[in-house]
Amino acid sequence: MKGGRLLAGLWLLVAVLFAASLLIGPAGLGLMDSLSALLRGEGEAVTLVMREIRLPRALLGVMVGAALGLSGAAMQGFLRNPLAEPGLIGVSPSAALGAVIALQTGVAASFTLALPLAALAGAGVAVALVLALAGPRGAALTLILAGIAISALAGALMSLVLNLSPNPFAAMEIVFWMMGSLADRSMVHVWLAAPFMAAGAVILLRLGRALDALTLGEDAAAALGINLDRLRLGMTFGVAALVGAATAVAGAVGFVGLVVPHLLRPLVGARPSRLLPASALGGAAVILAADIATRLIAPDRDLKLGVLTALVGAPFFLHLIWRMRKDLA
Amino acid sequence: MTLMVLDGVTVLRGKCPVVDDVSMSVAAGEFVGLIGPNGAGKTTLLRAALGLLAHQGRSSLAALPVAARARVAAFLPQSRDVAWPVDVETLVGFGRVPHLDGVPTKDDRAAVDRALTRMGLEPFRNRTVTALSGGELARVLIARVLAQETPLILADEPIAGLDPESQIRTMEVLADLAAEGRAVVASVHDLGLAMRYCTRLVMVSQGRLVADGAPGRVLSDDNLAKVFGIRVFRGETPDGPVLQPVAVIR
Repeated sequence: MKGGRLLAGLWLLVAVLFAASLLIGPAGLGLMDSLSALLRGEGEAVTLVMREIRLPRALLGVMVGAALGLSGAAMQGFLRNPLAEPGLIGVSPSAALGAVIALQTGVAASFTLALPLAALAGAGVAVALVLALAGPRGAALTLILAGIAISALAGALMSLVLNLSPNPFAAMEIVFWMMGSLADRSMVHVWLAAPFMAAGAVILLRLGRALDALTLGEDAAAALGINLDRLRLGMTFGVAALVGAATAVAGAVGFVGLVVPHLLRPLVGARPSRLLPASALGGAAVILAADIATRLIAPDRDLKLGVLTALVGAPFFLHLIWRMRKDLA
Repeated sequence: MTLMVLDGVTVLRGKCPVVDDVSMSVAAGEFVGLIGPNGAGKTTLLRAALGLLAHQGRSSLAALPVAARARVAAFLPQSRDVAWPVDVETLVGFGRVPHLDGVPTKDDRAAVDRALTRMGLEPFRNRTVTALSGGELARVLIARVLAQETPLILADEPIAGLDPESQIRTMEVLADLAAEGRAVVASVHDLGLAMRYCTRLVMVSQGRLVADGAPGRVLSDDNLAKVFGIRVFRGETPDGPVLQPVAVIR
């Protein structure tokens, strides 16, 4: 089966990149040393590097990438639009705002989880606002308009926080956090994000059938037995849980949710339900690869993950638009 | 067997009724043609009957839970907009969504095959829908509705924009389905084809039901003048009766 081979290939790619992510880093550990440290805890310093630094980083790479890829694919299916991305319902800027406020007020420094928890709170507020604005029976368009308004508001408030920043270092810290990164994260971050991401993934992966039916339009989908109100709620909560948790632990990482579903769509015959798992794996592979690249390109400069994905993603997206334009002409 | 009952269905846009107190029922074996000028409320009536639109009065379909309704009635919307470039077989397979419980079974694949064969689409099975002509796409979308294999089919302008051959073939397929014991309700603008293939016509004007019955009786000169404002030519051919609008009378 063609679809099975694609998924198997993507699983393999993620596994290889995961292993590479564990083995590549400034500490320059040997292959056997790394593995025995990771699995059996041999060698104190090496074990510390492997278990406390590289393992959470690689795990978060998989989780954040899968979250962005999956929610991007779901969002595009839901809006029937290849240009949709998970940020559209306003969750990522609101999560970022929560994090920025935590950094600004100094709460972030008080305990490890303060910053990601503040970001999750921001995401939760955004969901509540979007649903309140769009109403329980609101159309997809109202949902997006509400999302755009909330994104704009969150953006303005973030600028305000930066504007009122007491010293340049606080502003710098905020700016760097917003660039998105997986560096210096711990297993605590993994455990914080895991339940939200698992819940979001379960919700979205179950929407495949509804998204398939939606290919024919809202009326046809409703006549095919799809409860559109429930679909809308599932989309909002699923995307919010995934993107909120991803932003909370990694900051703003752009373009993955937009470009990965695009890339994989032709390989799954454009079927929305089949795109969901493929895009989750594809997103994981892309984030792992990008995170490895940040370590290889500038080992001593702390190149930010979000900067790299945007730097590679944007020109790639331009290329897609160029190709689409030629197809339409 | 009665498959659909509408009782005093009214749809308001603001304060203005778009569908005004319509009552009718449809039984198995009927091919009901819904006719009326543009803006008469045909699409609105079909959508309200399916419960896709808030309405007053009672529709037996709208009263069903969403999932159960999809196993009783299939709907072909007027819009032929398909969001993604899937292949024909996949698109027709979407008609099986109400029956799916996990992966498609042998029954589901057989239903898709039957629908493709019936619409003469076997050669197109693996084509991408974006590579089809407008008429081919319209037939694929009808096949999607057939694959749902419901006792009742509601179709909004199924033959609009099709070439003459496809129009006749489509009307034949719908008439055959009714003859096999299913029921079809379709809005149709071609009065001649409606007269030849439908077993019953329902004429609507300004949201109200103005005539309901045998095609010959509903398409009287009087009704056509009053509702459509047209005069028609009538004739007989070996293939059946002909009705051709020829002039506007007001």
